[in-house]
Amino acid sequence: MAEGALLDAAMIETIMLTLKLATVTTVVLLLVGTPLAWWLARSRGLWKDVVATVVALPIVLPPTVLGFYLLIAMGPDSPLTALLGRKLSFTFEGLVVGSVVYSLPFVVNPIRNAFEAMGPRPMEVAATLRASPLDAFFTVALPLALPGLFTGAILGFAHTVGEFGVVLMIGGGIPGVTKVLSVTIFDYVETLQWAKAHILAGGMLAMSFVVILAMMLAERRLKKARR
Amino acid sequence: MIPPKSAMRIGCAALLALLVPTDPARAGETLAAVAANFTEAAKEIGTAFADATGHTVSYSFGPTGQIYTQITQGAPFELFLAADQARPERAEAEGYAVPGARFTYAVGQLVLWSPDPARVAGRDALAAPDLTHIAIANPRTAPYGAAAVEVMRALGVYDALAPKLVEGKSISQAHQFVATGNAEVGFVALSQIVGHDAGSRWAVPQEMYTPIRQDAVLLAAGADSAAAKAYLAFLQGPEARAIIARYGYGTGD
Amino acid sequence: MIEASFRGRLGSFDLDVGFAVPGRGITALFGPSGCGKTTVLRAVAGLMRLPGGQLCVNGAQWQAGRRFVPPHRRAIGYVFQEASLFPHLSVEANLRFGLRRARCAPRIGMDDVVALLGIAPLFDRPAEMLSGGERQRVAIGRALLSQPDLLLMDEPLSALDRFSKDDILPYLERLHAALSIPVLYVSHDIAEVERLADTLVLMQAGRVRAAGPIADLLADPALPLIHLPEPAAVIDGKVIASDPQYGLCDVNVPGGVVVVPGDLGPPGTRCRLRIPASDVSLGRHVPLDTTILNALPARIEGAETTRDHQMTVRLRLGADGEGAALLARVSRKSWDRLGLHQGEQVVARLKAVALAESGPPSGPVPDPAENRRG
Repeated sequence: MAEGALLDAAMIETIMLTLKLATVTTVVLLLVGTPLAWWLARSRGLWKDVVATVVALPIVLPPTVLGFYLLIAMGPDSPLTALLGRKLSFTFEGLVVGSVVYSLPFVVNPIRNAFEAMGPRPMEVAATLRASPLDAFFTVALPLALPGLFTGAILGFAHTVGEFGVVLMIGGGIPGVTKVLSVTIFDYVETLQWAKAHILAGGMLAMSFVVILAMMLAERRLKKARR
Repeated sequence: MIPPKSAMRIGCAALLALLVPTDPARAGETLAAVAANFTEAAKEIGTAFADATGHTVSYSFGPTGQIYTQITQGAPFELFLAADQARPERAEAEGYAVPGARFTYAVGQLVLWSPDPARVAGRDALAAPDLTHIAIANPRTAPYGAAAVEVMRALGVYDALAPKLVEGKSISQAHQFVATGNAEVGFVALSQIVGHDAGSRWAVPQEMYTPIRQDAVLLAAGADSAAAKAYLAFLQGPEARAIIARYGYGTGD
Repeated sequence: MIEASFRGRLGSFDLDVGFAVPGRGITALFGPSGCGKTTVLRAVAGLMRLPGGQLCVNGAQWQAGRRFVPPHRRAIGYVFQEASLFPHLSVEANLRFGLRRARCAPRIGMDDVVALLGIAPLFDRPAEMLSGGERQRVAIGRALLSQPDLLLMDEPLSALDRFSKDDILPYLERLHAALSIPVLYVSHDIAEVERLADTLVLMQAGRVRAAGPIADLLADPALPLIHLPEPAAVIDGKVIASDPQYGLCDVNVPGGVVVVPGDLGPPGTRCRLRIPASDVSLGRHVPLDTTILNALPARIEGAETTRDHQMTVRLRLGADGEGAALLARVSRKSWDRLGLHQGEQVVARLKAVALAESGPPSGPVPDPAENRRG
């Protein structure tokens, strides 16, 4: 009942929305980021460096810059809007797109490192054992890069949960649609509802701690199992 | 050979000399922390102030909340030109400002605005069926956002429009939503679009919302600063008020 | 028949190789490090594409003009210098990787490979827990199970210590004896080549210096092999009789019969003898009072002087001088004192200890065909 309820309905709504956003974003990031990381790990030449730089940009750009350009890209006159036939701004789908762009380097880089650490030999061995490149990718490269995929997924998830600037810029803070945890916490802090802010912020802090700790422990176990 | 203790004393003295500002009265300089929305107007006032009095003013621009936090942490600002009334009041109450010097230097004007020249003819623009998003500033944290909600309630359309509302963290973000076309219309500050004649607008009558007063105070650090006091006096004079009006603010009574 | 020609840039020199070798037995690509052996092997596998290359293996055209069959469509097995087992798979899953993907009915089954390479005890161990030699045996088995028409081995022993090498060499010889798959074997170690190769492709700075049967090339005065610090002859022979009472075998070689210590197997067993030149001395007569068991008639084909006043004498076994090639190292003084000369008939005395047999490891050689029938 209400007497001791730690979370009210609005808080639960924002938590569920945030978890949904982070989950969907992580899945999309793995689907997009893994082939991209593979390409970056295997190809040479100028194009690779150009693409790698673009992927890395969100690390150095302030979220407001990224959010501003995303806002323009989702505006009525942009090619993206023309392609989709509707605006993505202020929608859940738009948040997913923004989060994917924003968290891309955090997913692509660990996976790319894992692919690069593997070296060319396993794929050559697979080829001499009649495995086609696609077959070898799924049966050799992916399993060998599993620790990297794992790290990438966790970082992508955590980074999406914690993102604020981009979400603020393209989300519009619509409850249940785009009003995620970080925006809600900001609201509570600004309106001096510190008790509620503490519950959410503390919960987020605890979750981040647990997630990153779990990741490091799991990664160590995974590496040990390989050795 | 200087004994170590004396050397330390000399070092401390030198350090103190660096930290303690020179007498502001003689130097004729002051430092003002100014709400970001008032940036352009403040710069022009600063030039006029220097011409008229010989004193100079330096500005630190930022969000009001952030400036307030900096003041509580000992920032060396002598003047505080806020975007609201609450923060200067609190500065006074908590002893960061000199009591009795607070006044309203500008009053924000709320405008319903669209870059589309045909969209906003008056209040009816809010009823347009093809309207998908209306941008406002966060009504819980930004005065312009609270004012926008008041206006919609006064018009009796708030509940109908609520699903279309998208909130910017600040009034500048609400302006961005509209300027980039992501929201068709939005409640913005007149000061944001003054000088840009493109688009269409409805200046919301003042009686429909609580006045958005922006107050200024003399901070404790400026209590003895002649330049700071001169700036406050200049800000209330006719020359400054004309500039303020030109930038899309009311000047109160 | 394996016909290959490749051209390309290789570090500081141009690679320009062409050779045609028999489509059976072990062909060694031999030469100093950096001469392009591995590049040629990778080009044969299709792991490296040298434009303008040509490759035809027992009738299958793998590269010609613009035609280039990608590696996974070539019926090859490749054994890398380091075993390169997949660390995420068990020993058994590593072995089955190629077997599952083979494009023809299995000619070599899991049981055959397990028996040939002695890897049954390794099955349950993680790939990372194997010793270097064990890993390489599994890698060889994995390559064989992919049912190759051609086995490529890139210095498979060079990453191993002496102990592991000795552990694995007998298995390679066993493979050679039991399977009919042709092998291209890259090596810079003449001892390995002498033990294993039937055919030798001698490479030097990106070119093929010579190609042919190993016994001929080892004794060819125009080639550098004869000037190695310890030149040796290899002679393939067949056991004709064994004498268990003395632990000796009679081995028939072209131009004579050699007595070899040890049990090399029943009559008919093929074996290879390696006879270092330093263990052969020459005389005009068959010695009567000596402990040496082998004194064979031979004819002097020629002699080369080495730096340290030694002569490397090239011989052919048999009274007619038509038999297997043999090398003898004698001092210049002995050569002059005896007045030896080219074309002369002599007696070559082989120290018993010098007869390095290289038969199969102890235990019977399993016949894969028989295993399948069973």
